[in-house]
Amino acid sequence: MAPPSNRRPGFSRRAQYGLFIGYVVAVAGIVVGLGLILVARFDPPGFALLRAGVLDLTAPISAAGRSGVRSLGDVFDGIGDYLDAGTQNGVLRAELVATRQQLVQAQIDSAENRRLRRLTRLIERSPERVASTRILGSTASDIRRMATIGAGRSDGVRPGMPVRSSEGVVGRVYEAGQLASRVMLLTDGGSVVPVRRLRDGAPALAAGRGDGMVELRPLSAGANPFQPGDIAVTSGIGGVFPPNVPVALVTERREDVAIARPLADPARLDFVIVERPFAPPPPANQASRAEPTLAQ
Amino acid sequence: MSAMQRLHETELRRMRRRAAAVPVISTIIGSAFVLLPVVASVPLLPPVGLLMLLGWRLLRPELWPAWIGLPLGLADDLLSGRPLGTAMVLWTAILLAIDAAEDRMSWRGWWEEWLFAGVACGVATLGSWAVARFMGGAGALRMTAPTLVAAILLFPLAQRVCAKLDVWRLPQ
Repeated sequence: MAPPSNRRPGFSRRAQYGLFIGYVVAVAGIVVGLGLILVARFDPPGFALLRAGVLDLTAPISAAGRSGVRSLGDVFDGIGDYLDAGTQNGVLRAELVATRQQLVQAQIDSAENRRLRRLTRLIERSPERVASTRILGSTASDIRRMATIGAGRSDGVRPGMPVRSSEGVVGRVYEAGQLASRVMLLTDGGSVVPVRRLRDGAPALAAGRGDGMVELRPLSAGANPFQPGDIAVTSGIGGVFPPNVPVALVTERREDVAIARPLADPARLDFVIVERPFAPPPPANQASRAEPTLAQ
Repeated sequence: MSAMQRLHETELRRMRRRAAAVPVISTIIGSAFVLLPVVASVPLLPPVGLLMLLGWRLLRPELWPAWIGLPLGLADDLLSGRPLGTAMVLWTAILLAIDAAEDRMSWRGWWEEWLFAGVACGVATLGSWAVARFMGGAGALRMTAPTLVAAILLFPLAQRVCAKLDVWRLPQ
């Protein structure tokens, strides 16, 4: 088939001008669009109102279908479990033996911990819970790993707040609408969380890779200390996440980094908790915030 | 008699409105596929909005001016949560490129249309990856491969959907 010639408007001046103006508008629009991308890069809160408004409007659509999809996922998991039943049984039995020993050790440790805390009169700061909500959906087609949660500014959620589940760190609030918010997941390429190894406190940074895994970059000098099976927990440095929240399990050791699987799998999560940032802002920040109130 | 005419007029106007609205609405519905309540740890969903845009553009070249990529791209950006401007720029650039390529081609069949769509999806995927990288949050480029392959394989289906909708929006 020859291409339809309808785009050539023939000898009509008016139609030719119309086509030409269409191209001019398109090219001008591309320039404006590039400008918008620059604005998004250098002034992230720009257009926040518009984006948050659309987020609020569309969140109920995702929320409506969420329960159905979750049960579908459970069906596939169930089939997989059935096929692996034999090997899984052996693995679980071995794990149970090991876990029992660890449990006894943990009870001893926790008793000792309590005693030591009493000695040092350490005050336990438990971070304040802002909202408990559900994960509604995610950017399934985009390279960024973001999830939508069903709580927003009206619940007290603000950008930058840490998000966790009972299993571990989920991510951080990226932008907040009135009723829904977008969360940058632990696995997003832009996410970095300071962690330490649970066993001995070896410090590292957990950076998202964008493929469902995180990369642990050790901060200690010398060779990469991480081994498969190591568990990384938050260190509390930076003040966003409280210390000792599980982050990831090391699955593979590379030359300089270790690849780890997040312990809180967002695909299986139901409820998440939004918390206040753990540490108070540094003193300098507080002083500058206090000034306007003094002026009033 | 005049009442009959008036009835005919309103009917005609409604049909014209439907003929113009169906392609736009179906493309926006395509963009809204990202609202599906799936929490994916890797990008899996093809850019359905772009597939619908390409389907309509290749089926009906005279339907839209090239700047239609701007409002439709804006809707896609807002729904997907990408930085505003990403799809606006990429979609409009793709439409301009298709216009330019069509002028130079003397023959266009089904395979050529699929090739157009495949190249366009590749450009769009690469472009949105580059924007994500510019924003400081992109993973490895190879992570975009599944969505790209899915998009290329699903284009004929989008074409079918557009053709079906086209028959419905323009009743004889």
